[in-house]
Amino acid sequence: MNDHTQERPGNRLDEQVHFAAVDEFLAWGKENSLFYLLFATACCGIELMQAGGPRYDVDRLGMIPRATPRQADLMIVAGTITHKMAGRVRTLWEQMTEPRWVVSMGSCANSGGPFSKWSYSVLNGVDKYVPVDVYIPGCPPRPEALIDGVMALRERVRKYRTLGVRETTPHIVAGHEAPFGGGGCAVPPVVEKAKE
Amino acid sequence: MTIEAMTPNGERMTLNMGPHHPATHGVLRIVVESDGEVVATCTPDHGYLHRSIEKIGECIDWPLFVPYTDRVDYVCAMNANLAYCLAVEQLLATDAASAVKVPLRGECIRVLVAELNRISSHLVAVGAMAMDVGAYTPFLHAIAQRELVNDIFEKLCGQRLTYNYVTIGGVAFDLYAQASEEITRFLDQFEREMVRFNKLITTSTIFRDRCASVAPVSAAEAIAWGLVGPNLRGSGVDWDLRRDESYGLYGQLAVRVPVGQCFAGRHGKVGDCFDRYVVRLLEIQESVRLCRETLKLLPPPAVKANDPTGGYQADVSRQLKKPPKGEVHCRTEAPRGEMGYFLVSDGTKVPYRVRCRTGSFSAAGIFHKVMRGIFLADVVTVIGSFDIVVPEIDR
Amino acid sequence: MSALAPAGIAAKVTTAFADVQAKTTDNGQPFLLVPAAALPAVARFVRDDATLRFDAVMDLTGYDALKYPSTPSSDAIVVVYLLFSYQHRHKLTLKVLAPRSECAVPTMSGIWPAAIYFEREVWDLLGVHFSGHPSLRRIMCPEDWVGHALRKDYRYPDDYHGVLHLRDGQHFESSPPRGAVPVAVPPVAAPPGAVPPAGGAA
Repeated sequence: MNDHTQERPGNRLDEQVHFAAVDEFLAWGKENSLFYLLFATACCGIELMQAGGPRYDVDRLGMIPRATPRQADLMIVAGTITHKMAGRVRTLWEQMTEPRWVVSMGSCANSGGPFSKWSYSVLNGVDKYVPVDVYIPGCPPRPEALIDGVMALRERVRKYRTLGVRETTPHIVAGHEAPFGGGGCAVPPVVEKAKE
Repeated sequence: MTIEAMTPNGERMTLNMGPHHPATHGVLRIVVESDGEVVATCTPDHGYLHRSIEKIGECIDWPLFVPYTDRVDYVCAMNANLAYCLAVEQLLATDAASAVKVPLRGECIRVLVAELNRISSHLVAVGAMAMDVGAYTPFLHAIAQRELVNDIFEKLCGQRLTYNYVTIGGVAFDLYAQASEEITRFLDQFEREMVRFNKLITTSTIFRDRCASVAPVSAAEAIAWGLVGPNLRGSGVDWDLRRDESYGLYGQLAVRVPVGQCFAGRHGKVGDCFDRYVVRLLEIQESVRLCRETLKLLPPPAVKANDPTGGYQADVSRQLKKPPKGEVHCRTEAPRGEMGYFLVSDGTKVPYRVRCRTGSFSAAGIFHKVMRGIFLADVVTVIGSFDIVVPEIDR
Repeated sequence: MSALAPAGIAAKVTTAFADVQAKTTDNGQPFLLVPAAALPAVARFVRDDATLRFDAVMDLTGYDALKYPSTPSSDAIVVVYLLFSYQHRHKLTLKVLAPRSECAVPTMSGIWPAAIYFEREVWDLLGVHFSGHPSLRRIMCPEDWVGHALRKDYRYPDDYHGVLHLRDGQHFESSPPRGAVPVAVPPVAAPPGAVPPAGGAA
């Protein structure tokens, strides 16, 4: 080791070595690699697709689309969920490895949206079947809104403790009041188990 | 060789594709029974996105249904709006007292936005098909161009995807200032970009050979199975509603219709996946030309919105309270083919029946036939080449 | 290629089939009212006749005439066949009345294959049974769905597999602006084992 290399910025020991609690370190890693399940059902799926496109490029947030739920940390429910589809959503969610998060994207997934009143076949919100962490309003939300929702979720992921005490904040909503039907999960025991 | 001859023992494997599968363009489920790598039977299962849009049409007022037409086909929402609005206008025209004349500028804007949206819709179609086959980069190029169309629409009506822009009697807003210049600038750079896109994927021999001779549909089959739009033209049927049953301003525009003619060369067949793909690319070119022609015809704006020449929106509120009693069938050429509305009115402000016939529905109807005997890997190619948008099937 | 006027088409069909009536809708759109029993013969005739040659189905749909204000009032399901000829470029509308009590119509899937899907949809949403159809299953709704949704006396389900519909605490009848006809519908019978949300099977 000569003096020359030691003087270069970023090469000193205290710049290279950081001390952190294991929990914080794991949370930091999770936060920056939220692989999401490629799960587009309806209109919002196109905005999700464009969010992954060259202009919005959610890859830079560490969000890489995964085709299989077993490799995904995050399920973005982008679009309407009908009664016929709802069981499948639940199955997909159960196949995801823990810890897992769910973002409900768009009015349909939040509450049924424009279909909540007159439709006979649309589920009034995906939170009847899976626990939702972040609701993003809009019909469809812009990709910016999706990214905003993901940033809100990252706050939540950062507080997640793998070893320590589990954080139990209520559902958070990006930029909006809790929508109609929100928080009404029909499967509470499984919801609580999700973050253990 | 028939599939029966290839499976002497009848050993088959059932493969469940979807409803969550990245290559099914939504929530289409296909149950494939395969013999090794060859598809023996294919059973599509629909309804995972059945949102009862036709029932909603029977519950709300005539103009309030327009936002729901966006959701029938969100990839080309402008065309979906236009199809419904034209049908309602045709219903009103069956009684001379309630007939509506859309202002000329409104007609021009309608054609302009419909063709721009056809471009962006076909971009998703060809990009997603390339992605299904395995080439990811062309998809990103297509999405980048689609963003530019979205920018124009966002300035026009404030939405990126579900526009609710075309209304009964015209369009919701006039063109913004410098819209013509921006659209021209977009078209200029878009044509250069398409040359690059074609160099990237269309002329690629791997891609061409992958699509050539896969799932060919003959012209007679295409007609009998009710294929419409680019899928029908890909099979060599020279038919386009914009030209042959022209509506709106299309009668003045002399639409040129590309037809599938075995573009893949000596390995291909008329009506194979590559023909359907190339027909879409040629339609994009034609849409670019139609946009330019329409901009030349665009009259200057008038002060009054319902001015017969320079206005953009005729007044229809009186007619829609009491439309003529009866029924009407009106079809238009959407990017995924014929979008036909069959409306029944009982003379009140609420429709009695709204029926929407879409191109993807009949395309899905032929799946079980064309997929018989192809390779499993080609299933996604076929889905991509028919350009399925699931809410169009399920509604 | 020579397109016939609607009156010419109607004259040709009504002379060949005495029980087919040429009519017009309330707003003057011509159509042919075909008895259900005569439909296969009429369909085959209009497809195969050299001057008609209706080789394609533009649309095959229907509507419930229960609340349609007409005299005499009818409670039949109207099945509408919108035909088109790519060869001659003319159109034809056929209508068949399927009474509620015996809601069955012969299938057209052997004549126009496109009808396979369309008829499945009409069966699912309007409950018209197409006799002879190769695979008449529900296409949109789940297999265990109760009722046919586009009928005017359809009652919205209160729940599906135990998950409630939240509609502001109300149960909407079909088309509330018109007022509802109360119809006794048997309660939704959930299949055994399907009450909790499905899941678990990988």
